[in-house]
Amino acid sequence: MDRGFQTPLRRARGAGSAHEGTGHFLAQRITAAFSILLAAFVMVLAVVLAGSDYETALAVAGNPFVAAGLLATAATFVYHMMIGMQVIIEDYVHGALARPLLLGANVLFCGLVFVLSALAIAKIAFGA
Amino acid sequence: MASTDLRDRRPLSPHLQIYRPNLTMMMSILHRITGAALYFALLLGIWWLVALASGPEYFAFVNGVFGSWFGLLVLFGATYALFHHMMGGIRHLIWDTGRAFTVPAAEHMAWMSLALAAALTVLVFVAGWLAA
Repeated sequence: MDRGFQTPLRRARGAGSAHEGTGHFLAQRITAAFSILLAAFVMVLAVVLAGSDYETALAVAGNPFVAAGLLATAATFVYHMMIGMQVIIEDYVHGALARPLLLGANVLFCGLVFVLSALAIAKIAFGA
Repeated sequence: MASTDLRDRRPLSPHLQIYRPNLTMMMSILHRITGAALYFALLLGIWWLVALASGPEYFAFVNGVFGSWFGLLVLFGATYALFHHMMGGIRHLIWDTGRAFTVPAAEHMAWMSLALAAALTVLVFVAGWLAA
């Protein structure tokens, strides 16, 4: 249907938020719920490893279960913070150029942070 | 451009400077601020993992930074931000079930999350200090 005669506002009305709001909401809440458990795990680990030497820290963090927990934590935290920062940018940045640039930079930054943490955890787990 | 004109003349709904600050409003703002802070605070944890993967010398250096008074101050702030954001998140998960939408319930949960976040932060640092 040709809608060229309509104003941009008329075309946008009723279109909602690109039909992806529910998926974002669910991903946000699911990663939030898992983050509670994983943050507790990280805090316990931090207390256990407080003041410990290199060999002890390496042995504890390199334990397969601990390393798996760290990897799950990195994945969950990074995804949660990526979609959270996305909302902050969408709320405050309206520039035609700044908005897509910052939204892209957010994904890039979070991707790099996850890759870096995954590599570090892998090296710790497989023998640093 | 016509659309820009329209945006410039569009009336604004009442915003921050109109409302008297209240507890739940402040908690909402703090939830976003702590979330944004944790976005960068996660780098502290990643830095520690990278140090552990890099070898004893660099690990000792990073541990030294974290153990300095400034490092501990930053870690304390980051830990509080984590627990504050966690308690705020739990409040949202409770609200998601349709519960606690009255003003007294919301304010009670706000005070509870402030107290619990502070208590958990102190608990982690005392436990860490005893373990070290």
